[in-house]
Amino acid sequence: MPFKILKKEELVPTIHLMDISAPRIAKKAQPGQFVILRINETGERIPLTIADFDRRKGTITMIFQAVGKTTTQLSSLKAGDELLDFIGPLGNPAHIENFGTVILVGGGVGVAPVFPQARAFKESGNKVISIIGSRSANLLLWEDRMREVSDELYITTDDGTKGHHGFVTDIVKKLLENGTKVDRVVAIGPPVMMRAVAGVTRPFNVKTIVSLNSIMVDGTGMCGACRVLVGNETKFACVDGPEFDAHLVDFTLLMNRLAMYQPEEKLAFEKYKCEREGCTC
Amino acid sequence: MLERQKMPEQDPKIRRANFSEVALGFTAEQAAEEAKRCLQCKKPKCMEGCPVEVKIPSFLKYVADGDFESAIKEIKADNALPAVCGRVCPQETQCEQACILGKKGASVSIGRLERFVADYERNKDVEVPSMPEPTEKKVAVVGSGPAGLTAAADLAKMGHSVTIFEALHEAGGVLTYGIPEFRLPKEIVKAEVEYVKKLGVTILLDSVIGKIDTVDGLLGDFDAVFLGTGAGLPMFLNIDGENLNGVYSANEFLTRVNLMKSYKFPEYDTPVKKGKRVVVVGGGNVAMDSARCALRLGADEVTIVYRRGEEEMPARAEEIEHAKEEGIKFRLLTNPVRIIGDAKNWVTHIECINMYLCEPDESGRCKPMPLSGSEHKIEADVVIIAMKSK
Repeated sequence: MPFKILKKEELVPTIHLMDISAPRIAKKAQPGQFVILRINETGERIPLTIADFDRRKGTITMIFQAVGKTTTQLSSLKAGDELLDFIGPLGNPAHIENFGTVILVGGGVGVAPVFPQARAFKESGNKVISIIGSRSANLLLWEDRMREVSDELYITTDDGTKGHHGFVTDIVKKLLENGTKVDRVVAIGPPVMMRAVAGVTRPFNVKTIVSLNSIMVDGTGMCGACRVLVGNETKFACVDGPEFDAHLVDFTLLMNRLAMYQPEEKLAFEKYKCEREGCTC
Repeated sequence: MLERQKMPEQDPKIRRANFSEVALGFTAEQAAEEAKRCLQCKKPKCMEGCPVEVKIPSFLKYVADGDFESAIKEIKADNALPAVCGRVCPQETQCEQACILGKKGASVSIGRLERFVADYERNKDVEVPSMPEPTEKKVAVVGSGPAGLTAAADLAKMGHSVTIFEALHEAGGVLTYGIPEFRLPKEIVKAEVEYVKKLGVTILLDSVIGKIDTVDGLLGDFDAVFLGTGAGLPMFLNIDGENLNGVYSANEFLTRVNLMKSYKFPEYDTPVKKGKRVVVVGGGNVAMDSARCALRLGADEVTIVYRRGEEEMPARAEEIEHAKEEGIKFRLLTNPVRIIGDAKNWVTHIECINMYLCEPDESGRCKPMPLSGSEHKIEADVVIIAMKSK
């Protein structure tokens, strides 16, 4: 029962958007949840956060960065192609309610999963302050979409080519220091960024939620590959998360565990490039 | 009369380096000879030992007469998965334990004969029994493991319309993700699944009930729901160091190796850590499977750590025997205390303590007690926790 790709677009260099026809999943999907996909028979199962869904059209939108073998192979597919397996919606939905003022922080490709949450927080009556960042202006994602659902939007780039020259955490810190009343922070991006945001909000005692992207296999709680330490307790990101209280997450362990298969990932990626481009080795 | 036919097996020295099936199965002559050992008891105890009450003496009689086709039909009247059950059922605690012959010598090899006739049929043409009139009733089965497949087949044979919902991308449940190729070839699981499909059962893969639908939701579309969801979350030991890199639950390790075929990495994309020194904690079939997979992935040394003695091990006797033949080391009466790692979060050792068994308690089981001062470290770069699931 393959899943058809209806749309495929490179939004900014290396970051791709894909709409998949998956009516059963689209019917139930909520912000904060993820899918697991497998491209073909020899493929691995990878989790990707749902960036958007359209119940009427029966589609799920994913945004991903081509960094290793599977994501690069995924980025080479076109509209009309099919994925062999597409499973979801997995994990718990984000906790959306009217908290008052919510800061949403999206770093790099993390802007994508932040978007449906920003929209949902806005629809629930919150004041939405969004901070989106990237390494450089040409890598900035979905500025227009985020602006539409935000009361305030801040942009940061590491190299200063757009918005604030620096990190998303600089803005979070400035807002909190200026006495902005903030009831909740949601931060999604690279683990270092999420850890930094947690560090900034901790002294202000503002509840901060992060979405953890640990390595998964089945995604339904059966294997435990995705285990993370939260408040000194082992949790499974797939069924207990993927969202957790950032102030309780052991980010060092998360990063160490994410590095577990680096040599294998490198080998698989090199083999893939060899096969695609003709081997020079 | 008292001795069994010996089933041909791959040589341990060769098989420890491949994933092909260990047991090769009886020849037709051996099968007939073995079946002739059955005493055809008037009150067959073996049937009482079988959870689905396969008519064992009757199928054995057909095998003894060389009528393998009638034999498989007789089994399939009660059991939809004979090629699987013949290989992985714990016969020595079920049908074969109850066999009268076992009192004086060796019981009839009921499991191996079940396997033989199932394989005989598969290598020819699988026959679908005549089906009754449709009942117009619809049943949803959640999970396509042995329970779900069996329930679906039985329901279909009663004339119901059956749909199985499977969370993973392949059907079979533990038969697919858990039990390794060398014990239960996936081609055989696929053939058994095909048989269930031929009975008219629809299998929807990639369908996580609880996510795309709920039991209440299913009851809107179906007349009944059968839950065969399987093991659930893996249990860890709740000791220090279980989140170190290189520490696996058996569920994860086996899923990577069997379902995702990481033993064929990088031809298949899913990696698994191939340890040099692997320690497996536990004494069940899952522990034996994990240890033997680790060995086949190329480990120099694989050690099973179990807190009780060999007598108490829940694994099938044949699996323990096979593991030993292949060179798996057993450290019995040994229990992990903590797992030790390096600065980069990689496991380096597992610290264990020796145990002793006290007098049996009211339940009849000997409780293992730690022998204080006996703590010792075992070097390990992969540790696999093969405990029960919850």
